[in-house]
Amino acid sequence: MAKQSIQTIKMGLMAISLFALVACSSTSDTEEGTMGDEGSSGRSSPTNPGARTNPGSTQGQLTQEEIRAQNALRQTVFYFDFDIAEFKTADRETLSFHARDLAANSSKRVRLEGHADERGTREYNLALGERRANSILNYLIVNGASRSQIEVVSYGEERPAQAGQSENAYSRNRRVEVVAR
Amino acid sequence: MKLRTTLHSVLLGSLCLLSFSAHSELSIQITQGVDNPIPIAVVPFSWQGAGVLSEDISQIVMNDLEQVGEFRPLSRSNMLSLPSEEREVYYRDWRILAQDYLLVGKIDRAPGSQLVQVQYEFFDINREIKLAGEVLTGSVSQLRDIAHEISNVVFEQVSGTRGAFTSQILYVVADYISPELTNFRLEKADYDGQRAQVLLESVEPIMSPSWSPTGQDVAYVSFETDLPRIYIQNIATGDRRQITNYPNLNSSPEWSPDGTKLAMVLSKDGSPDIYVQDLTTNQLTQVTDHPLIDTEPSWTEDGRSIVFMSERTGQPQIYQIELGASSFDVERLTYDCFQCLNAKFLPDGVNLVHVRRETRQDPNYQIAVLNIETLRVITLTDTSLDESPSIAPNGSMIMYATKFNGRGVLDAVSIDGRVKFRLPSTQGDVREPAWSPFLN
Repeated sequence: MAKQSIQTIKMGLMAISLFALVACSSTSDTEEGTMGDEGSSGRSSPTNPGARTNPGSTQGQLTQEEIRAQNALRQTVFYFDFDIAEFKTADRETLSFHARDLAANSSKRVRLEGHADERGTREYNLALGERRANSILNYLIVNGASRSQIEVVSYGEERPAQAGQSENAYSRNRRVEVVAR
Repeated sequence: MKLRTTLHSVLLGSLCLLSFSAHSELSIQITQGVDNPIPIAVVPFSWQGAGVLSEDISQIVMNDLEQVGEFRPLSRSNMLSLPSEEREVYYRDWRILAQDYLLVGKIDRAPGSQLVQVQYEFFDINREIKLAGEVLTGSVSQLRDIAHEISNVVFEQVSGTRGAFTSQILYVVADYISPELTNFRLEKADYDGQRAQVLLESVEPIMSPSWSPTGQDVAYVSFETDLPRIYIQNIATGDRRQITNYPNLNSSPEWSPDGTKLAMVLSKDGSPDIYVQDLTTNQLTQVTDHPLIDTEPSWTEDGRSIVFMSERTGQPQIYQIELGASSFDVERLTYDCFQCLNAKFLPDGVNLVHVRRETRQDPNYQIAVLNIETLRVITLTDTSLDESPSIAPNGSMIMYATKFNGRGVLDAVSIDGRVKFRLPSTQGDVREPAWSPFLN
C-alpha cells in the first residue's frame, strides 16, 4: 500500500519533470525564432535600460528568454505548504531555469538548504527539510543539472527565516534556499 | 539570638546568590501541584562556623520537595521552634502545625580542615520516630550537592521511590544575536537548572544531546562542518571526537543501555533510516530500510529492540523493531493519532511516552503516554508546541520543551500529569532537554 503510493508519487514527479522538460525546450524554440529579428523588433525590456541607450545594436541586448532566465535565477528561495515535501507547481518553470543554468555551467556549484517550520518534532523536521531539498534536487537533475554540482543539507527547524508562531512566519520558514557556492 | 542572626545572614546570602545568578541560570517555577500535598517542615539548618555560607541547604531541600508537587513545605515564619538536632525536637510543636514530617540539621566546620559537616535528621511526626539521619562531609562548593542528597533521602523515605534530585540535564540554547547570527550552546545543569555550564558553543546548530548510560559522555549532532555530523564528548574533560561522516543526514544519536552502541539516523542511501553503530569496532548495522522517513530511535530497556517513528503509512507513527530481525518485521505501536512521534518507553516497558498530534485539523503537539497493553492514552500537557520529552531516571517526571511567550522553555510534568514545573530561561531559546541517568 505504502510502496504503491511512493511509486505513484515517483511516477507523478517524473511526469511533471518530463512535462517541464518538453515545455522548456519548446519555449526555447520560439525564443530562438525571435532572436533572428530582434534588431528590427525593438522589443527592448523596460527593465533593461542598458539596451535602450543603444537600440540598434544586437550587442548587450538581452532576449526575452535571457531576461526570464535572469529573473528566474534571482529567485533562490522556494516555499512549501505545511506538512508537504514537494515544491509548488508554480515554481516549476523557475526551477527549470536553475537546472538549465547548472547544465550550461558545469563548474557552477549550489547547495540546497532545506527548512521546516517549528511545528512537529525537531528530528522529523530535519528529515522533512531534507525531503524538501531532495524534491528540488531530483527536479534539477532530471532537467539537466549534474548530481556533483549540488549539495543538499537540511537545517530542519533550526534556522528559521522569521521568528514567531504566526502563520506568516511559518510559511516563510517552510523553504528550500538555493545557495551558490 | 545567635541562631536568628545566623538564619538571617544565611537567608540574605542566598538571596544575593539568587539575584546574582538569575541572569545566567534557569530558575524553577511551579505551575501546577497536587490537591493534597504532604505537609513537611524543613527547619533552617544551624551553622556554627564563621562567615556566611554560600548556599542555604534547607531552602534547597524545600525547593526540591516543592518542585515535585507532592509536598507542601511549611513556611519558616510559621515555625514555633527551630530545632537543629533530635534532642531539641518536640513532636507536639509540629503536630499543632499539622505537619507529617520534619527535617532538621546543623552544619559545622570539619575539625582541622576546610570541609564542612552536615548532619541531618528526618522524623515522622505522627509515629514520633526518626526515619533517617547521617553526617555528610564535603567542601563549601558541594553544599548544593549535599542538599540534593538529603532531598533524595526524604523523597525515598516518604514515597518509596528513589529520588532524582542529584540528577542533571543537558539542553540546547539558541541565542539570536542578529538575523544572520545565532549562537548555539550545549549546556549542562542540575535538574533544577542551577549551576549551568557550557559544554559546546557554535554559530552552527547543535541538536539531539544524549547521555551515555554512565553519565560520563554526551553524544550530539553539530553542524560545525556545515553538515550535520555526530560527535561524542567527555563531559568532565571536554575531549571530543567526530564519530560519523556519512553522506547526507547524520542525526538522532541514542546510546544503547549497555553503552557499547549508538543508534542513529542516516540518509546516506537516499532516505532517513535507523542504524546502529558499534562504538568499539565502528561497525555499522542497518536496522530499518524504507523510502519514507524513519527517525527518532530509542532503545527498549533490555537493549534488544528499537522504537522509532516512521512515515511508512503516510503520517508519522511509532513502530518497534527487534535488532537482527528483517527490516520488514516491524510492529506498529500507535494507531489512533494523526501523528505520533519521538517515543520512548518508561522503565516499566509498558508505558510509551511520545509526542502526539491528535488530528489533522488541530496542529497541536503535546506530550502523552500510551499504555501498550490497555491502549489507554493520557495526554500530560495542554500547550501546543510540546516536544523532546525526556524521562527522569526514577521515571517520576518528564521534562520537555515548549514555547512560553514566544520563547523556548523547558517544562516538567509528573508521570500522572498532576504536577508541573517550569525552568524559565532568561536568555535565548532553550530546547531539547535530556535528563541524565542516576549519577551516583
